[in-house]
Amino acid sequence: MKTIYLDNNATTQVAEEVMEAMLPYFREYYGNPSSAHSFGGQVEKYIREAREKVALLLGAEPEEIVFTSCGSESDNAAIRSALELNPEKRHIVTTRVEHPAIKSLCGHLAGQGFRITEIPVDSDGQLDMGRYEESLTSDTAIATIMWGNNETGVIFPVEQAAALAREKGILFHSDAVQAAGKIPINMKESNIDILSLSGHKLHASKGVGVIYVRKGVKFAPFIVGGHQEMGRRGGTENTAGIIGLGKACELAVEKLEEENTRVKKLRDKLETEILQRVPNTKVNGGPSERLPNTTNISFEFIEGEAILLQMDELGICASSGSACTSGSLQPSHVLRAMGVPFTMAHGSIRYSLSVYNTEEEIDFVIDSMPPIIEKLRAFSPYWKKGKIACTTS
Amino acid sequence: MWEYTDKVKEHFLNPKNAGEIENADGVAEVGSMACGDALKLTFKTDGEGKIEDAKFQTFGCASAIASSSALTEMIKGKSIEEAAKISNQDIADYLGGLPKEKMHCSVLGQQALEKAIANYRGETIQEKEGEVVCECFGITDREIEKAIRENNLTTLEEVTNYTKAGGGCENCHDAIRGMIADIRSEEKPVITPHLSNIKKMKMIDETIENEIRPSLKQDGGDIELVDVIGNRVLVKLQGSCAICKASQQTLKNFVEAKLKEMVWPELVVEEVTQ
Repeated sequence: MKTIYLDNNATTQVAEEVMEAMLPYFREYYGNPSSAHSFGGQVEKYIREAREKVALLLGAEPEEIVFTSCGSESDNAAIRSALELNPEKRHIVTTRVEHPAIKSLCGHLAGQGFRITEIPVDSDGQLDMGRYEESLTSDTAIATIMWGNNETGVIFPVEQAAALAREKGILFHSDAVQAAGKIPINMKESNIDILSLSGHKLHASKGVGVIYVRKGVKFAPFIVGGHQEMGRRGGTENTAGIIGLGKACELAVEKLEEENTRVKKLRDKLETEILQRVPNTKVNGGPSERLPNTTNISFEFIEGEAILLQMDELGICASSGSACTSGSLQPSHVLRAMGVPFTMAHGSIRYSLSVYNTEEEIDFVIDSMPPIIEKLRAFSPYWKKGKIACTTS
Repeated sequence: MWEYTDKVKEHFLNPKNAGEIENADGVAEVGSMACGDALKLTFKTDGEGKIEDAKFQTFGCASAIASSSALTEMIKGKSIEEAAKISNQDIADYLGGLPKEKMHCSVLGQQALEKAIANYRGETIQEKEGEVVCECFGITDREIEKAIRENNLTTLEEVTNYTKAGGGCENCHDAIRGMIADIRSEEKPVITPHLSNIKKMKMIDETIENEIRPSLKQDGGDIELVDVIGNRVLVKLQGSCAICKASQQTLKNFVEAKLKEMVWPELVVEEVTQ
């Protein structure tokens, strides 16, 4: 059975070119870039090149790029650094729909006495910018707002938010893990101070990430150790991972246009066709500006895990914001924050595409969804009732 | 991803008895959309108290659908009395087990069965007996207590896995912990009824002779039973044991542990040094 992978917001396949670029750093150039001998030392040059490639994708300077182990580390490092460098400030501004790397950390910090303001979103997933502006105070150590939402793909006006923070002299961080490589990012013309990025979301390997720190912004290392990354992140470099990430960023620059044309078209086709063919469906965050690869569709009166497992039987990979798939007992915090009703929230499926998806695959998914939904609705106790409710309204 | 048994997958992918029986003899609806799973069970009897046919409609995850399908298969052909004895654990067992986080799916099935049988018997079923403890999922103290007793639950996490109670805002966590503690404290340690002093002494003597002394002798030591007073076992260590620095550990970890295991859980071993 062929796998149709539409779960690219969870992780992506390592690009063939990335794999090729990485392999020599396992086999031949396994030396430690910090070593005095030229065998190890030569690797430093290639790390520098990778740093330049990452900088290019972000419109940044190479010195502003710090390699980490993942997006979560970058997120943690950003917040912890801000708190450490501003010990008198005890307030963090964030949103209700952040990735757990931010959300759980803020919850943890709240337990330590920090004040956390979570900015709400509306039913389209849009941030309440009025509330955001009001919440920035002289006590705020950092404002952290994701660029693109991993579940719905909704894009936040981070530039506007960063500008407001800068006006008040507040450090601004954005988790750009989902945005990088999918929409243009140019840090040269940005007010964002710190940015997080993850390798495995853009066809590099797992275990490598980036924290961008704007020149002039003070930064306290999260992992204290050797002098690596100019003292900003201790620990021997994940050389193969870093080289791979460099290659992946180079590819992302090349494919950014394809992402926003061909991939976007495939996403739109998938979305439009499913909505047309399956009644009682809705795109979560639909009216908002969204990442070109993501669509989050709710199928009313059925449950997401059941849908996913039926799709799995056909080799289609996606994810769901339903309670049963999250491992908790409630639907995803993102859908709850948007006020998506229970009839819809439990039956949400996120399809996230990549440049490696073909039209043929999308057509197969489009054809596969209606019978799956019909099958599950056939024995849902709410389906009949739902139909009646809909025809009368 | 959950690890489901083949039986769960089979019942999920090809559910048996999906649908609704018209003019059913027993009908029940449990769960709700807000809670994430709901089940409507209908069954028909042969007029003499035997379940002839059963059907389900389920809104929920794979294990909820599989549990519903399994339930209908289990009750078909059974008398009402037999069916009434089916527990949530029976449903889980029928499916070759459920992930512990999914046990609430089997509880949902059992609740539907209980309610449908009450409906068949014409008993008035009060919607939700007891007081709501978990506001998020509308779970009452009665439901929680039943799950704790029937499945011998000891932790908050288990209660959440079985009933969903406590899986939302967490405000009820203290209340649930309190319920677990109350129910558990009712239980007295299991004690073998009637062990006369004579029999106890005899068993102690035999255990020392057959289980303990041979081990000590291997290390050049020995033990002598001096007396038994109530649950106090007085012994004298001999040979190399008498001069061994680890003898106190041997006494507690080996001699006493062995006697507790073989004879009586409340025995305490004491060394007599004249």
